[in-house]
Amino acid sequence: MTLGLINANPVVHAKKERVARPLDDPHADDAVDPLEIYDIVRDIRDPEHPYSLEQLSVLSEESITVDEKLGRILITFTPTIQHCSMATVIGLCLREKLKDCFPAHFKVDIKVAPGSHADEEAVNKQLNDKERVAAALENPNLRQLVTECLYSSEL
Amino acid sequence: MAKPTEYVKHIESYVDSSSSPSQQAASVDALAILLRNDLLTLEALVRELDLYLTTTDSIIRSRGILLLGELLTQLELKPLSDAAIHSLIGFLTERLEDWRALRGALVGCLALLRRKTDVGVVTENDAEAVMKSYMQYLQVQSMGQHDRKLCFELLECLLERYPNAVQPLGNELFYSICEGIDEEKDPQCLILAFHIVEVAAKLFPDPSGPFASYAADIFEILGRYFPIHFTHPKSEDIGVSRDELSRALLLAFAATPLFEPFAIPLLLDKLSSSLPSAKVESFKYLGYCAPMYGSDRMAKHGGALWSSVKDVLYTSPESALSVESESDGGMIFEESDIMVEALILLEGLMQQNSDLLLDMILGDEDINNFICSFLKPWDIHDTPLQLRQQLHSVGRLLAVSAKSSMASCNRVFEKFFPQMMEALGCSVGNHSDESFATEDRALSSRFNYEAVSGNAQSSFAYTGVKGLQLLATFPRSFAPVSLLLFENILLKLVSAITSNFDKKFSWGLELKALVEIGLYIEGYQESEKAATFARIVVDKFVSWISSDEPAMPLSLKMQAICETGMTGISNMLRIVQGMEKAISAKFTQAYVDGNFESVELVIKVLECYSARVLPWFEMNGGSEEVAWNLAAIIWDKIDNSSSVNLTVQNYELLGAAMTAMKQAVRRCSQESQEKIVNRAFRVLSASTLFPLKDSPFATSLSNSEDSYLNHHVDRVSCRDEWIISLYASVVIALRPQTHVQNLKMVLQLFIMALTKGHIPSAQALGSLVNKLPSKTNERHLSQEYGVEEAIDVILTSSIWNFCQSNTLRKCSLFGGGNEIHNTKCLAGLNHTSVHISAIVGLAWIGKGLIMRGHEGIKDITMTFLGVLLENTNNGDFPESCDPIEGKEQEVIPLMKSAADAFHILLSDSEDCLNRNYHSVIRPLYKQRFYNSVMPLLLSSTRQSNSIITRSMLFRSFAHVISETPLSAMISEANKLIPLLLDSLSTLTEDVMHKDVIYNVILVLSAILMDKNGQVAVLENAQAIINQLIGLAAYPHMMVIRETAIQCLGAMSELPYARIYPSRTKVLQAISKALDDPKRAVRQEAVRCRQAWASIASRSLHF
Repeated sequence: MTLGLINANPVVHAKKERVARPLDDPHADDAVDPLEIYDIVRDIRDPEHPYSLEQLSVLSEESITVDEKLGRILITFTPTIQHCSMATVIGLCLREKLKDCFPAHFKVDIKVAPGSHADEEAVNKQLNDKERVAAALENPNLRQLVTECLYSSEL
Repeated sequence: MAKPTEYVKHIESYVDSSSSPSQQAASVDALAILLRNDLLTLEALVRELDLYLTTTDSIIRSRGILLLGELLTQLELKPLSDAAIHSLIGFLTERLEDWRALRGALVGCLALLRRKTDVGVVTENDAEAVMKSYMQYLQVQSMGQHDRKLCFELLECLLERYPNAVQPLGNELFYSICEGIDEEKDPQCLILAFHIVEVAAKLFPDPSGPFASYAADIFEILGRYFPIHFTHPKSEDIGVSRDELSRALLLAFAATPLFEPFAIPLLLDKLSSSLPSAKVESFKYLGYCAPMYGSDRMAKHGGALWSSVKDVLYTSPESALSVESESDGGMIFEESDIMVEALILLEGLMQQNSDLLLDMILGDEDINNFICSFLKPWDIHDTPLQLRQQLHSVGRLLAVSAKSSMASCNRVFEKFFPQMMEALGCSVGNHSDESFATEDRALSSRFNYEAVSGNAQSSFAYTGVKGLQLLATFPRSFAPVSLLLFENILLKLVSAITSNFDKKFSWGLELKALVEIGLYIEGYQESEKAATFARIVVDKFVSWISSDEPAMPLSLKMQAICETGMTGISNMLRIVQGMEKAISAKFTQAYVDGNFESVELVIKVLECYSARVLPWFEMNGGSEEVAWNLAAIIWDKIDNSSSVNLTVQNYELLGAAMTAMKQAVRRCSQESQEKIVNRAFRVLSASTLFPLKDSPFATSLSNSEDSYLNHHVDRVSCRDEWIISLYASVVIALRPQTHVQNLKMVLQLFIMALTKGHIPSAQALGSLVNKLPSKTNERHLSQEYGVEEAIDVILTSSIWNFCQSNTLRKCSLFGGGNEIHNTKCLAGLNHTSVHISAIVGLAWIGKGLIMRGHEGIKDITMTFLGVLLENTNNGDFPESCDPIEGKEQEVIPLMKSAADAFHILLSDSEDCLNRNYHSVIRPLYKQRFYNSVMPLLLSSTRQSNSIITRSMLFRSFAHVISETPLSAMISEANKLIPLLLDSLSTLTEDVMHKDVIYNVILVLSAILMDKNGQVAVLENAQAIINQLIGLAAYPHMMVIRETAIQCLGAMSELPYARIYPSRTKVLQAISKALDDPKRAVRQEAVRCRQAWASIASRSLHF
């Protein structure tokens, strides 16, 4: 018998169309906006299922806020179930991906949506503690899991 | 009887695990033949096998039992005695316990259990024993895939063939089923598992029986698989398709009403997914399960089901306008799969329990309000798409409801029909007795259309127009529409078009209807109707052109006119007549007084000519008369007017007139062209431009020419500019055979004009040298000039003289007088601009030559190179000039124009010198030029030591390579790439070159992508990467940065050893680009960084 999945049959949602931005507008305000961040993180694979975070409604464009002047990004995600032990892995993936895709001067805050997780405070604390994140990524198993989620070709 | 030695060797060969699979298969076949032909009895065989079946060596034992199993499979059709079967099944049942030798036992049991009754079957007692043994010993989920499959097959067989034997086992059976299928993931096994559940459920329908207590557990296992999600890319590989699996699961779901408490909530829950496939599946399952579960059980879910159906159909209908109705903006929708399935579900539910659902549908406030809101007159084109989709859905919903039974039909009818008819202004009484289901269905599905049309008489919306169109296009043979009625219809439509122009949708619809009618008349040759059509529609429209009535925007008028004209040649000719009249009437006004409305009108009519009318005649084989008339009218008008008022619109008008003139002339035959060109020349020669005709323009002039030119620039009136522009347009569009009179004079005139920066003249000159016959003997008798003479005339003109040491001097006819020009280019800014114009003009002439592959291009190229090299290398600027300031101001624009001349030479132009304008085009002319000019450019680059000269030379080089086809250059990519990189690094130093840099980098990226360029790229990999890193931060143009980063991304595909040394450098550069102000660049940077980071490892640490 294999170890049971945490959420064996999650509700899967459709991928939304990518919003095509108007091209060739030299005066467009090209500041970093939530959609840009969302476009980067929406395709991260769920650690458990061959679906993207977008498909599982873990993330949405509305759950991302960004302040370019202060250089801050805040992502709030919603685990599929209350006691999801994968929440921290998802958070790690988000953090890694943003580190790769945005310049270092952005400060990234990652939180679970209020009330969406049984252990909300602990998870938030863990995800925003630099040292614990660094330590987690030293762990080869976790590192491999994160890498698989980030660069998965299953989707 | 066969001798033991014969078959023993087969047995041994099979049992021996070292023999190959094909040998083993052959042995089984050989033994089976022996057995089938009674050469060997089963008993003797078993006796012979004895040791193999019971040995303690598990490998040999398993082979032995498998042999027995395989043989039994092959002997399925051979009659066997009951005793033999009994003892065999007994033995094999026992062997199920032996997990090391399980497969043979499974295969054997399966073979025996599957036997047909006429050849001897296993008794029920034995079957029960098998089942018990199965339950006791088999741990299905711990086996391999093939064994699991066999187990499932065995179980399936027992359930199907021996229901009486398994029935007494009850609870234990279900426990074992649950255990067996839990966590199964193999598609083939899953199909069997689903089927097992289905059969088992049907075997125990009793709601208080053993199945009932296990239903929850079994459904928990089954439910996880819904909706079936298939990760296998190809279903052929596994022999099971997603649809098969889904079907099997569906049957299992629907197998017993006992699943209802679990299945319906699950399916309703899955409807909340936004994944269309999940919704479709859910509706499909619901639709299938509902009748199986029965109306009593489904009744309690009625509310939830209706709300989910309503959600899909009404709240957010996902229907797309069908293709044909897209243009009509109409009401024909294609429903999405979800909606189709939802309607099927609704239909099923209606048939099951129509009262309950009807109560809900008819009592639904949203639906009622929605319908009521449509009962007042409204306009379809003001209605947003979503409302129209909802209307369509409600129509479908009511249709489905009404369809299910007579009673429900009556209820729907009673509820809505009176309201609708009242809204349409009809009395209910007329229809009250039509309550047949079919008829009502037709009505109700038409409800939406009728409701849409609102008050058809007053607003002429969809139905009205469509109906009129249908009536009018009814073939006479079927239902004759009287001519009077036809007339009325047309009048109605015309008046609608006249008054409705502010309603874009219905206007388009009405126009389309008219066009359809017109096309229909053309197609069926109905002469009477054609005459009526022409009289009522075409003439009416034509009368609009020059009148202010109706107050419709001009562009709409022209659209209506053109589209009706395109219905047929006679209509088009009428319209052309009208347009010609309009041009005649208004042109003078527009052109002389600059009267705003007339200008606008004439511009529109001329545009209509060049964009629609002339191409239509060409397509439909009309005569050239139309084109000829247009040209003639314009020249007449120009000739008759004496002065022109210069306004901004006037330039627009001139542009439109030139385009129309080119389009018209190019479609004329040689004779007509000659007539036009002669007519034009008469106007030209009568103009004030022609004191020139007596001036000694062709001879080598002295300083006086400059003053003459300057003088002339001021003197050229607007009218003259019109004349010369139009004349140039005529010349551009001529056929090569057409003879141009007074060529020498024309050439001189054009030369004069081009020095003022009059581009059309330069283009006309280019066209002339491109098309003039090359050899004397080819020449027309009357042709006074060939291309050589024309070139001589052009090149001997003294305007080129500022390029002192150029090769033009070598031309035989080039006279003296060069020396005096040495300082001329610096005499004043005005001269520089004249010289720039001269260079541009020369470039167009060169383009004409290069396309026909004429030798003269060499001299022209050398001239440009001369300008590039000379001005800086010769330090002979007069001392009076500031050495730096003067140099910058005067020389750089000149050199730039000389460099850009290469762009004109090689790029394709829309305005002239292309196939449309009958140019002489030699194949591969770009390649030839590339091959001849490249060595020159290279050697000059090497020799020059001035920065400006170098950058200008590289600018020329960039123009040449960006216009030459890649295939011509790729073979020399090896030499080209270092040059490309040099040019990039030189050009980046000045902002002025940014467009050119972009072109160069595009060439570079094309080489990177090309297979044949790979070797050269590999050799220069480091240098390319360094250059690209620099460009990734190019501050002046976003696309350059973006393309550079894309190229860097492409470079990461090169062999690892080549690029690894650059990895750190690239990643550092890219991480800066991640902070680029432009989003497109950042996105490319993310991709590129990912590509480069992953060449070493997946980690981005560096």
